Amino acid sequence: MPPLLEAPLLEASGLHAGYGEVQVLHGIDFVVDRGGVTALLGANGAGKTTTLRALSGMVRTSGSITFDGVRIDGRATEEIARRGVAHVPDGRGTLMELTVEENLRLGAYTRRRAEAAPDMERVFGYFPRLKQRLRQQAGTLSGGEQQMLAIGRALLLRPKLLLLDEPSFGLAPLVVREIFDIMRRVNEDDGVSILLVEQNASLALAVADRACLLETGRIVVAGPAAEIREDEAIRRSYLGY
Amino acid sequence: MTEFLHQVLSGIASGGIYASVALALVMIFQATHHVNFAQGEMAMFSTYIALALIQAGVPYWGAFAITVAASMVIGAAIQRVLLTPMAGSPVLASVGVFIGLLLIFNSVAGWLFTYQLKQFPSPFEGPPVLGGFVTRHDLGSTAVTLAVLSLVYTFFRFTNLGLAMRASAYNPASSRLMGIRVDRMLSLGWGLAAAIGAVAGMMIAPVVFLDPNMMSGVLLYAFAGALLGGISNPLGAVAGGFAIGVIENLAGAYLVGNELKLTLALVIIVVVLTVKPAGLFGKSVVSRV
Repeated sequence: MPPLLEAPLLEASGLHAGYGEVQVLHGIDFVVDRGGVTALLGANGAGKTTTLRALSGMVRTSGSITFDGVRIDGRATEEIARRGVAHVPDGRGTLMELTVEENLRLGAYTRRRAEAAPDMERVFGYFPRLKQRLRQQAGTLSGGEQQMLAIGRALLLRPKLLLLDEPSFGLAPLVVREIFDIMRRVNEDDGVSILLVEQNASLALAVADRACLLETGRIVVAGPAAEIREDEAIRRSYLGY
Repeated sequence: MTEFLHQVLSGIASGGIYASVALALVMIFQATHHVNFAQGEMAMFSTYIALALIQAGVPYWGAFAITVAASMVIGAAIQRVLLTPMAGSPVLASVGVFIGLLLIFNSVAGWLFTYQLKQFPSPFEGPPVLGGFVTRHDLGSTAVTLAVLSLVYTFFRFTNLGLAMRASAYNPASSRLMGIRVDRMLSLGWGLAAAIGAVAGMMIAPVVFLDPNMMSGVLLYAFAGALLGGISNPLGAVAGGFAIGVIENLAGAYLVGNELKLTLALVIIVVVLTVKPAGLFGKSVVSRV
């Protein structure tokens, strides 16, 4: 079905979301192409995390979200995950009480053990440090290791789309570079599409092919990442670098 | 000395019952941060189901298996029907539901089966063993209890389903993101807790006789055991349950007499909560920020 292949993997249109009485997103539209990386940029409080939560069904939404040809808005979080959307949440979602190995086993929970085994090896290939710490309680890992664990766990779901919420947050520049390198490999080698939320705009624009700029719940700029990277007016007024 | 040993051993037998109920309490507490006050009455009701089956001519172990399965279904149904709508409501509302359940099970059991004490058969009949000072029932029920506890441990420790249930208790939001159906895990947890309670009820009934108030004391001892061992630590709660059984028996025989045994459980609850609220084995989780 060629037309379906050309349709974007994820398409949000007129997406509203909020917490209780407070409306955070005021009708935003964006897409993630198949095999693409879309960066969602913006300042604190712009609604980036809420956008990811809306996609995963963790907050009340209106508007439409189409993933892989199917409407997923209004569905339960776990069912969206089972369709192939892996979400590395704000705060990483580590199960602190469990071991590294148990965290990874949970990542592969929806899959048969035999099917997940090669993916487990792939994750250890990306993050050899996790393999050394399998028996360790996950809460004792460093921030960078927890981020690696969170991404590894998400990959074990064998997602079509990876939602990453500020993977660079609180990490040393060297670790950030390592994680972004792996993100690129996950995208290019494994064909996983990515929606990346980042405050560090230059970092995000370097890996993304599309970018959207959020400001207080509205998209103010959207387009190919290369264009936004080159546009000095946008860079100065919104991205501050 | 023989007398002392006898008291310790029969303390271990009743301790196994408290340990089972304590484990059921802790399982639900870990997932919901609520203590299910109706756990004991649910176990009592299960025991009546077993008695009805046995009286209808079902062989003991058949009745045992059916009762465990039925209790699991009832437990899961209670979670699904009564507690799912309570998600996110204030603590007191949940406490109200638990107390309501306690009263309902108690009255329905009295209404259906009367308040008369009834004899409940033991599958372990025969003369005492081990030099004559352990009853066959004590030995058998301890073995059954230990088998149940090991099964539960193996399930939570080594199976993916057990792991998913633990994850759902620790961090439901994160578990959902991994595709775990957290609501089903909660129902399953209630079902398992009810099944464990049912075994405990069937094992204690031959000793204390069956009546609708059979489990009220047991629940109190189990709660004391869970707190003593650490309500956040299933293994600790089990150890606490066994310890309370032995303490209760020894204190009853040598210290305070049978009339004040239950008071001792309350004293232990108060002392643990004031001196060491996390319990003896309550582990604090290390985490780096």
